[in-house]
This record gives sequence, C-alpha cells and structure tokens, in this order.
Amino acid sequence: MSTTPNRPAAAGKIAASKPAQQGFVYFPLIAGWLVPGGGHFLLGKWIRGTLLAVSIFAMFVLGLAMQGKLYTGAQDILDMLGMAGDLGNGLLFFVSRALGLGSQPVQTTVADYGTKFIVVAGLLNIIAAVDAHNLRTGRKSS
Amino acid sequence: MIHPSHFTAILFFALFASIVFGITMRETPRRMFRYGAYCFILFVGSAIVLSWVMFFIAR
Repeated sequence: MSTTPNRPAAAGKIAASKPAQQGFVYFPLIAGWLVPGGGHFLLGKWIRGTLLAVSIFAMFVLGLAMQGKLYTGAQDILDMLGMAGDLGNGLLFFVSRALGLGSQPVQTTVADYGTKFIVVAGLLNIIAAVDAHNLRTGRKSS
Repeated sequence: MIHPSHFTAILFFALFASIVFGITMRETPRRMFRYGAYCFILFVGSAIVLSWVMFFIAR
C-alpha cells in the first residue's frame, strides 16, 4: 500500500537515469586509457579526474625526467611485461615514442627507478580507466 | 633531467600511487582520503622497514 504512491516517482527516477546509461558503454574505459582521467571527465567527475590525471601524468613525466626507458620491443618476457605496462599510458606513450623520448639505455639506478615509474604510471592508468568503466556501468555507485 | 634521492623517489611513488588507489578503491571522499593516507603510510613505512632489514642482512 505504501509502495503505490512511490511508483511514479521511482519510474521517473529510472527514466531520468536512462539518458546517462545510453551510448557506448566502453567509451569512458577507452577515453580513460587514452587520456589519464579522461573517463572520469566524461562522467562529470571533475575533481577525481583531475587528481588522477595529475598523478599519472606527474609519474610519467618524472619517469622520463629520471632518464627512464620506454620499452619499444618485446625480446623476452620481462620486456613484454614492461611493454604492457608502458602501453597502459595510452597517448602519453605513443606521443613520447614519436618524440623519441625515453630511448636512451638505462645507465644509473635512478634511471632504472624512472623506468619503473613509467610502467607503474601505465598500470595506474589502467586501474583508473577500469574505475571509470565501473562508474559508467553502475558496478561502482559513486 | 632530475636525480632525486632514493627516499625522495619513494615519496613521489607513494604519493601518486596512493592518490590513485584511494580514488579507485573507495566510494566516498572521506573513505578515499583515509584509504589513500593508509596506502601512503604503508608504502613509505614498508620501504623504511625493508631498508633496515637489508642493512642488517648486509652486515
């Protein structure tokens, strides 16, 4: 009895939330992979998107500034894993490759740290992109 | 080019990783901040503890 008056309101809520659920469901995931924080920006999560973008971008740039290496090929299993991590950076990786950044061999301990910074930035970007996808699909509520 | 000390590199790593972990693993801003701070302390604390362990192993 008490649920009957709420039905139109509930139906209205569903109808109001429908436009947000329309469209290509993987778009925030792809946008988040290509541009750090992009998936959250698409969903209107501006503060989270900015924090994610700044963190991932700073980690990537610090890695390059520490003379870290960008993996360009997969000769063995470790290179393959490093390449997978680097690819997580999306456009940052492709633009840096095109500009010839991170191509010098690792010669110092700090440069090795830089290489790890770049790989971890890519892995964190993948986590952020999956988070945007979860927000889009409703698996994560807010 | 920059050449931070090893500890500075750890601080940078812990800060950025903790921000991403906090935002992606929790749902409310308060819990995000608390989880991020928790991760940061664990990152830095475990690095310090492991450094001392390695120091005593190497002696």
